[in-house]
Amino acid sequence: MPSLKELRNRIASVKATQKITKAMQMVAAAKLRRAQEAAEAARPYSQRMGAVLANITAAVGDGGDAPALMTGTGKDDVHLLVVCTAERGLCGGFNSQIARFARDHIRRLLAAGKTVKIICVGKKGYDILRRDYGSLIIDRIDLREVKTLGFVNADAIAKKVISLFNEGQFDVATLFYSEFKSVISQVPTAQQIIPGAAPAVAQDDAAGGAIYEYEPEPGAILSDLIPRNISVQIFRALLENAAGEMGAKMSAMDNATRNAGDMINKLSITYNRQRQAQITKELIEIISGAEAL
Amino acid sequence: MAEAFQFELVSPERLLVSEKIESVVIPATEGEMTVMANHAPVMTTVKPGVVTVKTVGGQEERYVVFGGFADILPTGCTLLAESATAVKHIDRADLAQRIQDAREDVADAKDDHSRTKAEEFLHQLTTLEGAVIPA
Repeated sequence: MPSLKELRNRIASVKATQKITKAMQMVAAAKLRRAQEAAEAARPYSQRMGAVLANITAAVGDGGDAPALMTGTGKDDVHLLVVCTAERGLCGGFNSQIARFARDHIRRLLAAGKTVKIICVGKKGYDILRRDYGSLIIDRIDLREVKTLGFVNADAIAKKVISLFNEGQFDVATLFYSEFKSVISQVPTAQQIIPGAAPAVAQDDAAGGAIYEYEPEPGAILSDLIPRNISVQIFRALLENAAGEMGAKMSAMDNATRNAGDMINKLSITYNRQRQAQITKELIEIISGAEAL
Repeated sequence: MAEAFQFELVSPERLLVSEKIESVVIPATEGEMTVMANHAPVMTTVKPGVVTVKTVGGQEERYVVFGGFADILPTGCTLLAESATAVKHIDRADLAQRIQDAREDVADAKDDHSRTKAEEFLHQLTTLEGAVIPA
């Protein structure tokens, strides 16, 4: 049985921890809001990009000279996995969820006799994957210095991926990230970016049957557009991840705060009981001392 | 008064403009073009330059864009810019940095094709710098 003093210290330290987790929860909540706003602000661009891409692929489609980024190399021997995770821990199962999902995928690919290369975006994913597949990781991208996620960050990653593709380093690229469903649920997702599937042509707007003039030719625009589309997809993944991380952190810290509260209650009960026992013991000692006289 | 049409300027980070305007000048790759209502459908790439928007009220607003493409329809015009800022908010240091990067790209270019491309980009940037920053 711990002494009263030990219990008192214990309670004080749990209280301090509770204060920290509470503060972290509030910070995560504020950051979550910002991340969600950023994700929402980015949505119009990717939507319109999708619409434009659909129109233009429909126009180029017949020509059959679509760039390799879209049609692929015709093989699927070498797979590149771009695994996006958070830079920091303390966000529940967020990072390990993505890493586990990626690991399952890697195992399946390796079992099928494919070659796998990995690019890790974010420190945590690297730390987890390094244990099992350290030799497969060809690059890691650190975003820890980045305060607000900008398009430039995504663009840099996309450029790296595209230049690897142009050098013939891989045939298929897949992006792993966590889709932000809600604060309490983030779903790990895999999305193939190279070769990219063309989105279906939107039928609803007035442009449905419009005949476009292209300046320069559709092929030239398309070869400009596709790399940009990859950047946009990576950017979207990073933003979803950022929102998901903050959501996961918020609920993890909420749990931690509640656990600390429970612990404090339990410890307080033990403390009070023991204090009472001590008082009773002292009284008995005094009384029996008086009786002996 | 000229007919108004819907214009949208979108960058990956956010939607900058979405309003009814009278006309807009877009720095297309093959030369500047002015878009007004009922323009024929055109899809074009955009080079770094200044987009001038003339609102229904007659005011002019200028934005700097760094590449992108425009989707023009009779009913409206959408400009998807890689990065865009209002001219009054332009950051000189940022622009200087971009030019510096472009110079390095020219120096690093491996073959003629990419060198021409990089040089062209650098030229567009320096023209842009001259246009937005008063000497």
